[in-house]
Amino acid sequence: MDKVTSVEEVVSSLEDGMTVGVGGWGSRRKPMALVRALCRSGLRDLTVVSCGGPDVGLLCAAGAVRRVVAPFVTLDSIPLEPHFRAARQRGAVELTEYDEGMFMFGLLAAAHRLPFLPTRAGLGSDVLRAGSGLATVRSPYGEGEDLVAVPALTLDVALVHLDRADTRGNGQYLGPDPYLDDLFVKAAARAYVSAEQVVAPGALPGPPQTLLVSRMHVTGVVETPNGGHFTDCGPDRARDEAFQRHYTSCAADGRAWAGFAERFLSGDEAAYQREVRRWHEEGA
Amino acid sequence: MTAGEATRAEVCVVACAEAWRGDGEIVAAAMGTCSVLGARLARLTFEPGLLTTDGGALLTAEAVPLGAPAGDVEGWLPFRDHLWLVLNGRRHVMMGASQIDRYGGTNISAIGDPARPAAQLLGMRGAPGNTVCGPTSYWIPRHSPRVFVPEVDVVSGVGGDRAAALGPSGRFHELRRVVTDLAVLDFGGPDGAMRLVSVHPGVEPDRVVAATGFPLAAGGDVAVTRLPTAEELRLIRDVLDPGALRDREVHGP
Repeated sequence: MDKVTSVEEVVSSLEDGMTVGVGGWGSRRKPMALVRALCRSGLRDLTVVSCGGPDVGLLCAAGAVRRVVAPFVTLDSIPLEPHFRAARQRGAVELTEYDEGMFMFGLLAAAHRLPFLPTRAGLGSDVLRAGSGLATVRSPYGEGEDLVAVPALTLDVALVHLDRADTRGNGQYLGPDPYLDDLFVKAAARAYVSAEQVVAPGALPGPPQTLLVSRMHVTGVVETPNGGHFTDCGPDRARDEAFQRHYTSCAADGRAWAGFAERFLSGDEAAYQREVRRWHEEGA
Repeated sequence: MTAGEATRAEVCVVACAEAWRGDGEIVAAAMGTCSVLGARLARLTFEPGLLTTDGGALLTAEAVPLGAPAGDVEGWLPFRDHLWLVLNGRRHVMMGASQIDRYGGTNISAIGDPARPAAQLLGMRGAPGNTVCGPTSYWIPRHSPRVFVPEVDVVSGVGGDRAAALGPSGRFHELRRVVTDLAVLDFGGPDGAMRLVSVHPGVEPDRVVAATGFPLAAGGDVAVTRLPTAEELRLIRDVLDPGALRDREVHGP
């Protein structure tokens, strides 16, 4: 029952064209170590399903993405994600836009093996514009209400990052918000959890309601200390705002980005963490 | 200190606060500095039943200063529960908008052809659900024809025209007010068109008309937006926003 694996093994099990769900929210608790490994892998034509942040941006910059399914892509303290913007504006990636509530219902539907769930959110907006493929459904109970039939967002694979996990794949969040990570995991055929720290079974700290993800839904678990960097991973680590600003300013300029990619993204995760430490020391 | 010394930003904070007057015990959700300050100011003064957050997942026991830790907490509202709350309806949100049209349709998604936008913006976020499920207001820090457009490029937030076409499914749609750096507007014009309610002190109505890219309804004399009271000024300056972040969002006297 030991499911401990490595980011390289997780990524090498994926294929071109897969639909990949990425947990977290904006620039918060993103499985960035797994995303960085995905960027190195050379995988192509992915459909990325995400409450998007720098995960979407980095995958767009790596040329790995064909379509993004998302209610937003943002860095939170910096409103717009530069690589996602650039990819959209040069026509390099498609975007299927959902309202946030619709997006959650799409994952809920998939997690419960339902073809769709009804909601009011989306009605009257351009979420339902021609070509969206989205349909409405009439209430059978006589109120005359039409509701959006949000299709199940079924995933080939889900990647989430949690504060703690055990070697069996049970995962725990310790911050104020679980985001939608349990739904991503249940909506996917296979799910991988990375964690700041992996402990023995039975050794997860804190109250049981923090045990967000059950091993019954998890294929593999990876220990990635600071693996959410540079996103917020409270209470373990706050967002690295200085590094996020550096990422954003480099992304605005082709040569600066080449330098950033060479320094931080050309090696493995250990090399990344080492260079981030050095970068902070240089600035100190 | 007298109320007459209020800056434009402080007038805007109070005008935003007024959006929640009479709302009672609901969540006041806000985006943007003056709007967040307005929600907390309303709670500290004339609308004490309001629930406000720390900007994250916590419902704070008291209205807290901008950027401050939550302090004592009275409830938990992680994103998933916030999305359920939108459907439940006990919430009045004040959002931003990159474009807004005559009937309150708004765009935060993209400028140009959404298939290949000239400018990719945030995306839909919660705007479609917010607008069709409950009371919605807008805070727009720069009133200009680039924002107030005849037709938005992408409908993220649903306007009154689109909501009316929904029939019974649109029964919870309700646009309350639009606060800008120049004026307060609502949708009390013919067929639910945007209407000028008041101009901020020192702003001529013609300036608002010129900054609006579609004809603006107005009924006779236009009122002047009320000034903050001395107590409201104290709360804004000394309690809620001692770092004067509001002045970064709204310039001017």
